[in-house]
Amino acid sequence: MCTLEKRGDLFLLTLTGDDEHRFHPDTISSVLSLLEQAKSQSTRGSVLITTAHGKFFSNGFDLAWAQAAGSQTGAVNRMHQMVESFKPVIAALFDLPMPTIAALNGHAAASGLMFALSHDYVFMRNDRGVLYMSEVDLGLPLPDYFAAMFAAKIGTSIAKRELLLSGKKIKGEEAVALGIVDSAAHDSVEGVVEATVSLGESLAAKKWNGEVYASIRKSLYPGLCAMLSVTDKIAASP
Amino acid sequence: MCTLEKLDRLFLLKLTGDGEHRLNPTLLDNLRSAITQIRSDPSSSQSVLITTSDGKFFSNGYDLALAASDPPLRAVMAAKLRSLVADLISLPMPTIAAVTGHASAAGFLLAMSHDYILMRRDRGFLYMSELDIELVLPAWFVAMIRMKVASPAARRDVALTAGKITADRGLEMGIVDSRHGSAAETVEAAVKLGEEIVRRGADGHVYGRMRETLLREVLHAIGSNESASNGVRNSGSKL
Repeated sequence: MCTLEKRGDLFLLTLTGDDEHRFHPDTISSVLSLLEQAKSQSTRGSVLITTAHGKFFSNGFDLAWAQAAGSQTGAVNRMHQMVESFKPVIAALFDLPMPTIAALNGHAAASGLMFALSHDYVFMRNDRGVLYMSEVDLGLPLPDYFAAMFAAKIGTSIAKRELLLSGKKIKGEEAVALGIVDSAAHDSVEGVVEATVSLGESLAAKKWNGEVYASIRKSLYPGLCAMLSVTDKIAASP
Repeated sequence: MCTLEKLDRLFLLKLTGDGEHRLNPTLLDNLRSAITQIRSDPSSSQSVLITTSDGKFFSNGYDLALAASDPPLRAVMAAKLRSLVADLISLPMPTIAAVTGHASAAGFLLAMSHDYILMRRDRGFLYMSELDIELVLPAWFVAMIRMKVASPAARRDVALTAGKITADRGLEMGIVDSRHGSAAETVEAAVKLGEEIVRRGADGHVYGRMRETLLREVLHAIGSNESASNGVRNSGSKL
């Protein structure tokens, strides 16, 4: 399902297997526990890189599991359960005392894109993989913290419209032009991972204090962090 | 410490001497006095302020060595800078920072507190150094960064990479308005811009009010800081 490896200063979180890496209560809880593990083992210079195997980075929540509840109410409850239990995963990424980088091997949709955007840096491929906020096509409203993420991380009205209101599947080059991702320079999964490892190593070399890093990160997104209930451990200097 | 000159309709505020222009209590008091003087000048609603400096530094931030030797002064310097920035935000005239040297941390903040940033491109950088020296950013610094640095990626670069931003990069990031070959050329360009603005003849009082509205988040954050408990201090280790 997912693994956490250590390579020198780098923590490598991988969503394993060739499936869509949909977020389901079990995967959510596994990812959360690995993030907690990375946090507990973090030292100065630690960096997290998150990636996945196969065609998908993550295709969002497990809607089939929600439907399998057998009733409209049951399905709605299961959706609600996933939305609520996913929030701590996002919170854990914002709280993580180290720089975070998402290396998108493939498609990132809905909560899968949320997961990617929760990282400090996002790299994708230019040959494969799209970003897709499917909610408008599926007729699902955005949970409040999803909306807050886009307000925090997407800079222009045009980019927000393209991502949230157009049902567009956005490829690498356009994602860079819209300012949604940092880079889409590579046309292979190896290329993207290598680029993120390279960035990771240069950030690790700074040997920053992870708690200070996390505090500054959270201060950049006050609205979103308040919604995620991620509090600051370090009292701000005046 | 600082001088205030009038160049026809323009006010030129200069941080003097070859030092780092660290924002210690005395310099901050001098800067505030200069602003008060500008405000009380009868021609002020038809003027422009240009702030610049001598030497290698625009300002290298708070006087941290002073704060280390006398910790309560940290809060004093911060309070004085907040007041100065609030004064600059409400100033009834356009403001231009002619950045002729390094601007770090609170010094970078001071530059951003102006409506225009003109910078030399041959030397010097803007540097939000806090991450490198294990200090967190006060909420009101972040409010200013959010107002003055438009893209989320650029804000992340400013605050979370502690990058040394040259004029060229600053221009790309939308932080710097224009870049110039040398310190003298930067000041000259600032004077030219100032004169152009004065020629347009807008009412400084209206301008000041509009700026306050635009930057209300920053004023709010400054205000919230004032009412936060005293004795809040950064507990980040410097080890």
